[in-house]
Amino acid sequence: MAAKSGRAALVAIAAGAVLLGAGTVYLLSPNSPLREQQSAVVEIGGPFKLTTQDGKPLSNEDLKGSPFAVFFGFTHCPEVCPTTLWEMSEALKALGDKADKLKVLFVSVDPERDTPEFMSRYLKSFDPRIIGLTGSQEAIDAVGKAYRVYSKKVPTDGGDYTMDHTASVYLMDAEGRFSGVISYEEDSKVRLAKLERLVNG
Amino acid sequence: MHSNSRSFARAVAYPFNRSRSLEERLGILALAIALLFAMSHSLWAHEFKAGDIEIVHPWSRAIPAGAKVAAGYLTLKNDGSTADRLVSITSEIAGKSEVHEMAVDANGVMTMRQVPNGVEIPAGGEVELKPGAYHIMFMDLKQAPKKGESFKATLTFEKAGNVDVEFSVGDMGGENDHSGHGG
Ligand SMILES: [Cu+2]
Repeated sequence: MAAKSGRAALVAIAAGAVLLGAGTVYLLSPNSPLREQQSAVVEIGGPFKLTTQDGKPLSNEDLKGSPFAVFFGFTHCPEVCPTTLWEMSEALKALGDKADKLKVLFVSVDPERDTPEFMSRYLKSFDPRIIGLTGSQEAIDAVGKAYRVYSKKVPTDGGDYTMDHTASVYLMDAEGRFSGVISYEEDSKVRLAKLERLVNG
Repeated sequence: MHSNSRSFARAVAYPFNRSRSLEERLGILALAIALLFAMSHSLWAHEFKAGDIEIVHPWSRAIPAGAKVAAGYLTLKNDGSTADRLVSITSEIAGKSEVHEMAVDANGVMTMRQVPNGVEIPAGGEVELKPGAYHIMFMDLKQAPKKGESFKATLTFEKAGNVDVEFSVGDMGGENDHSGHGG
């Protein structure tokens, strides 16, 4: 009886090992769903040259060696942008010492109105470590394209306009490679966990 | 919660019973806390009325320094038997106030549009203006909403007419119930 169940267990273990092996081979194969996901995300990010809210130049080269979180928005934004800036400020506070390794970038998609001076004043309401970036329309278009960001000027009554734009936060590693996204509606605990993972490399 | 509500019943039915079980005592404590919570909630929430339309808890958020826009939120309830419509709004803080609809799509893109015909409140129904959805957009700000303060506004309904309301201003991340809504 004991020998019989022992043999059955061996058979089960062997069957499990075969399945595990087959699964691994599949996931490493060129048709693997993991691989597809990787190659699809590698293309987010790239070189940029912009101006900070202090009027200083900042490029992707300056960020080499430190992971960063980057998101796009505009100061005439009633909800998404202040909320994201507020939440990132809270997250920086919660990260404590670990926040020193992380850079947080807020890139304007509305350089016409978001001058360095205007952004400097606006960002005083948030964590001082957040870097506001603006630049020429060409420079903004280029960084938007590199990060696959959607943004569009939408005219409103009275000659005014608003901006539709991607509201997600992109997480980039110390080499400037894409490593994940925080969505606008992300739970604050998940947001913090993702940022922690990013700084821990 | 179930056993608690049973112990509420027992506690209420036998108020002079001196030998209350721990369960009953806990039940009474829970009832007291629930009552306190309900009371403090009604202190914070506030309501206004115009005809059949009830305007529940208009609120807004503090805004970043120099910001030119702010958003306002509230719930509209229609106790009447015909639909009504919030068609326009004016406020002491804004040169221009509009009803907008905002959404974030599956690709993470935020869009915001004016709702030119206003928001319909169905007969016997309610509409919530909240983050990620319908909101009142205050533009050309004359003064910034400040945390802990309130500001005046006048809502105009197609049938119920005008009603003066007050928006209470919370924290910049105030009432940030992100888990609860989808947009
Ligand atoms: Cu709006």
